[in-house]
Amino acid sequence: MREAMIVNRENLINVILAGLLLAVPFAANAFGEPFYITLATRVAILALAATGLNLALGLGGLVSFGHAAFFGLGGYVAGILASHGFSGEPLLFGFSGTNQMWVIWPVAVILAGLVGLAIGAISLRTSGVYFIMITLAFAQMVYYFAVSWPAYGGEDGLSILVRNQFPGVMTMRPMSFFLICYVVLLVSVGLFALIRASRFGSALQATRQNEVRVATVGIQPYRIRLTAFVISAMMTGLAGALFADLNRFVSPSMLSWHMSGELIVLIILGGTGRLFGPLAGAALYVAFEYALGGITERWQFFLGLILLLVVLFARGGLLGLLAGRARHG
Amino acid sequence: MTFALALEQLLNGLQLGVMLFLMAAGLTLIFGVMGLINLAHGSLYMVGAFACAVVAAWTGSFWIGLVASLACAAAAGAVVELLVIRRLYDRDHLDQVLATFALILMFSEGTRWLFGSFPLYLDIPPLLQGAVPLPGGAEYPVYRLAIIAAGAAVAFGLYMLISRTRLGMRIRAGESDREMIGALGVDIRTLYTVVFALGAALAGLAGALVGALQSVQVGMGEPVLILAFVVIVIGGIGSIKGALLGALLVGVTDTMGRFLLPKILALFVPPAQAGMIGGAAASMLIYIVMALILAVKPRGLFPAAHA
Repeated sequence: MREAMIVNRENLINVILAGLLLAVPFAANAFGEPFYITLATRVAILALAATGLNLALGLGGLVSFGHAAFFGLGGYVAGILASHGFSGEPLLFGFSGTNQMWVIWPVAVILAGLVGLAIGAISLRTSGVYFIMITLAFAQMVYYFAVSWPAYGGEDGLSILVRNQFPGVMTMRPMSFFLICYVVLLVSVGLFALIRASRFGSALQATRQNEVRVATVGIQPYRIRLTAFVISAMMTGLAGALFADLNRFVSPSMLSWHMSGELIVLIILGGTGRLFGPLAGAALYVAFEYALGGITERWQFFLGLILLLVVLFARGGLLGLLAGRARHG
Repeated sequence: MTFALALEQLLNGLQLGVMLFLMAAGLTLIFGVMGLINLAHGSLYMVGAFACAVVAAWTGSFWIGLVASLACAAAAGAVVELLVIRRLYDRDHLDQVLATFALILMFSEGTRWLFGSFPLYLDIPPLLQGAVPLPGGAEYPVYRLAIIAAGAAVAFGLYMLISRTRLGMRIRAGESDREMIGALGVDIRTLYTVVFALGAALAGLAGALVGALQSVQVGMGEPVLILAFVVIVIGGIGSIKGALLGALLVGVTDTMGRFLLPKILALFVPPAQAGMIGGAAASMLIYIVMALILAVKPRGLFPAAHA
């Protein structure tokens, strides 16, 4: 009975969160403050990236400290395809890039999935601290590759001159681009919910809770985890492609380990394993960044302090605070 | 390519390896005894470097600065352990990663607050300036040789500490059974603080030694931290012997890869392209080595008994 009540409360808060994210840009538009539309777009994209990670980390208990690799990869796909599309130089097999998001997205998703498969296949042979460090190391490998490969800007990054196109939408208008990101976020959160409720999702959560039992009933934990890791990488890669389009710029900083850390932070701030945890966390994070950044140049110090206090004393995150304890262990 | 040049690069690789060992030894010790993954270890490296640079600038003596770096890093480590880290021993690795990630943000921004964004510089002490001739005709800086010697001395000292002293005995006991040595009356909380401070001091020493080769700046610890992670993953987390071998392997592989790969490629492709591809491949080489080792031995070369 009580459980049902909590679930309803969480659902209610989820609806409010999603509604708020939609309302902010419209209000900003009405008051002529387009900057807030960009902030809301940033929240939506970071939430999408963290939703991807939440699949591996929240449901599967796989603490990947290397998801920046997939995020940056998605970003570079958008940047590189757009730059070839602009210059007309052939990229591969006579294909010379494109500025169409509906081509860029699948390429980003598939590439992130393939790299996720390679990294996951090796990393998932280990667990615990090893897994954390190895995912971190692989992400650094991709980072150093991007820094030392001069063809696409190296350390300086790569600009996207004109935001990529989506059929029937003026993507250069902040509001239109926000709506694209918002819809992609909602679809992905829906996908997350479907996966969580599916047989596969149950098996994935079971591998987190008790690996031996899962193996005993005849399911291979390794395969389940690898599948989850790959889907997780794909979602984060898609977010990266959108993020590059938001900033119209992609650089190795999207691949840096700070980015991986931030993605984990978003999930923890919001509430691990929760459907809207990443959105709550991303909203909170961007709000902190903006509010603290307005008060002091040293906002990172205070961000660190707040994060430390949350980890030490408030483990459920924002949704844990608002909607009670998580339903699952 | 001459023999002298190759020898010089090999020594550079050894020097990098020795420095990585100082970092990795602390990390692996802290993990082995307390089961804690400490991302903020790179911040302690930075603290050591800043302490050395500031004190050396005040007093005019590198050596007083070196002592200060050990003292400051150990003190910072002890304070952090008492305030934050000891609350994390019973938590899962995710909480440890996040809390120590938060500490990095605070250390980095705090240091920038105190010292500004401009790098500090640290001069090599007069005693160790100059170069010595190498067989083959090249010269090699004395200071880098001194780092290699210092690292070897620390490795030996650490070995003696752990295998021959009472503190070392307790550390080994802590690695194999935490509850039992607590039950036997050893003050385990103090032991943890001491081990953490010891690891911090080693990181601070590495920072101070390297500070005289590079500029001392915020964020200097992070690339080293990640290399040190690669080292302990290769060596086996919790194993000091593994940390030593892993550090030398990573140091030499990285340096020789950057030196040799472009040259080898130049035999097959035009020089400009060889430089570009070789450079990019060399930057990935140690991670590839790590992946290969893990494919064969998922728990590293010298897996610790538990963990």
